[in-house]
Amino acid sequence: MQTADGSAPLLTVNGLKVHFAIRKGVLNRVVGAVRAVDGVSFSLRRGETLSLVGESGCGKSTTGLALLGLLKPTGGQVEFDGQTVRDFRGAALKSYRKRVQIIFQDPFSSLNPRHRVRDIIRAPLDIHQVGTRAERDARVAELMERVGLRPDQANNFAHQFSGGQRQRIGIARALALNPDIIVCDEPVSALDVSVQAQILNLLSDLQRDLGVAFLFISHDLGVVEYLSHRVAVMYLGKIVEIADKTAIFANPSHPYTELLIGSAPSLDPRNRHQFKASNDDIPSATNKPSGCSFHTRCPLATDACRESEPQLSLRDDGRSLACHHR
Amino acid sequence: MQLPKALRNTSLVVGAAITLTIVLLAIFAPAIATHGVEQMDMRNRFAGPSFQHLLGTDNFGRDLWSRLIWGARVSLTIAIIAVVCSVIIGTIVGLVAGYFGGWVDLVLMRITDIFLGVPAIVLALAIVAILGPGVMNVALALIVVAWTEYARVVRATTLVLREQNYVQAARALGARPSRILFKEILPNALGPIIVLASLGLGTAIIAESALSFLGFGLPPPTPTWGWTLAYGTKFIRDEPWLSIISGATIMITVLGFNLLGDGLRDVLDPRQLSRGGGKS
Repeated sequence: MQTADGSAPLLTVNGLKVHFAIRKGVLNRVVGAVRAVDGVSFSLRRGETLSLVGESGCGKSTTGLALLGLLKPTGGQVEFDGQTVRDFRGAALKSYRKRVQIIFQDPFSSLNPRHRVRDIIRAPLDIHQVGTRAERDARVAELMERVGLRPDQANNFAHQFSGGQRQRIGIARALALNPDIIVCDEPVSALDVSVQAQILNLLSDLQRDLGVAFLFISHDLGVVEYLSHRVAVMYLGKIVEIADKTAIFANPSHPYTELLIGSAPSLDPRNRHQFKASNDDIPSATNKPSGCSFHTRCPLATDACRESEPQLSLRDDGRSLACHHR
Repeated sequence: MQLPKALRNTSLVVGAAITLTIVLLAIFAPAIATHGVEQMDMRNRFAGPSFQHLLGTDNFGRDLWSRLIWGARVSLTIAIIAVVCSVIIGTIVGLVAGYFGGWVDLVLMRITDIFLGVPAIVLALAIVAILGPGVMNVALALIVVAWTEYARVVRATTLVLREQNYVQAARALGARPSRILFKEILPNALGPIIVLASLGLGTAIIAESALSFLGFGLPPPTPTWGWTLAYGTKFIRDEPWLSIISGATIMITVLGFNLLGDGLRDVLDPRQLSRGGGKS
């Protein structure tokens, strides 16, 4: 798979599926499945930010966790730097984990309350046995400075810091091994707005200086517009549209993208919702609608949408779209 | 500021004071005991408390104060060995069962259920009866009946902790399970383990005394508390002192450990443990 500008992507995800079995009864029989991620495909280039947006429960975080190997994918392929991640075992898996890191949403539960900040940031270096003890400590100090923390606070515990500072510690930990990709799972949604801006600026500075790629998972469209190069919109476990940020925000094509961007609150009172969903109920991921899964809410829906599922296809203007009508 | 808060907790302070006193008496038994364990004073049989014999004497004129202090060594040694080993076994089983889940959890928990299914004192009696008396055998009997409780509590704590993001973060980094279990999860599970262990010391002392009382503990002339209590009942009509004092010794010691455990439970608030004393 080639990207629009012709360079080989760093990470290619093809038809990724994560299903959770629903078991019932004494015999623990599988009676159904939550299809949290149901055939997601995208690619991520070096040094770019791809945002994954969508409603709660659409599978965006699950996608991120599956990419990190924290959840076992049910199907699909992940290719990293030309190699299939599925085959990764032992040393290959360890080197993949070295190059793909994560920043969590909750700055409280993501840092071990019993560890000092030094140990938290040094853990990646210890696990992968990078350098000598002194070199690791020097690296910790350098990282703390890089993310805007005072290195002399290295002996403090995480609970002695504010939410924003804790998120900086999490970022320092993710940066420790100089990864190629960082999955940011709603990294600012637990923070105050003023602190959000600082963290977002830090992330974009880091990308400029270190060339790291972000897979940015968020439901906050304002944040997404600020930080991303490209945006992928997810609905019920599938990507319905991927396009450049400007194209998505200026000219949303998929009816769901239009609904999502139209629902974001605006400061301009004249800017009312242009687009109305025909139904506000979100179908469940256990029992998905036939055909296009958005047809239950889509004002454009026809019989074709109810019967056959539109595939994500590349359009002339460079965007990928899954819709029969646009 | 943990210290002032801990010192304001009455049960913790009283419990710690009692426990510390008993431990110090046991450690310095050779200096504190006024008489030898076997030293008889036939002219002073069944003597009441006096300056010569602080707690009186038994039917052979042996000094009760000295026998109880030497007995503290026996009881504490067995209790500490039993609890330390139970904690180690129970913690490892609980961590592994809770973290790995699935069939590992199923197998380990069914094994603990088997141990829990047999009444504790019967199981302990059976083990001592088979292996014969001796410090290590009595301790082993107590370990066999006690480790399950630690396993269950540690497993429950692990089930909660393994879902924490910092454990996920360690997994994402490629940390080995041993690192995750002992460096990420165990330090956060220590609170409940410490509380349970100090309560467990009390239980172990009672259990050891019960075995001795029933004649399955260490044989005479070892001055165990349980045996002294049981032996005293022979003379309880005329000389109730022997049983009352040795019984009270057991009671006060156990009370001390229980107060200590309760106090620690209050100080090591589990809500604080899960959030690491978060400010909010």
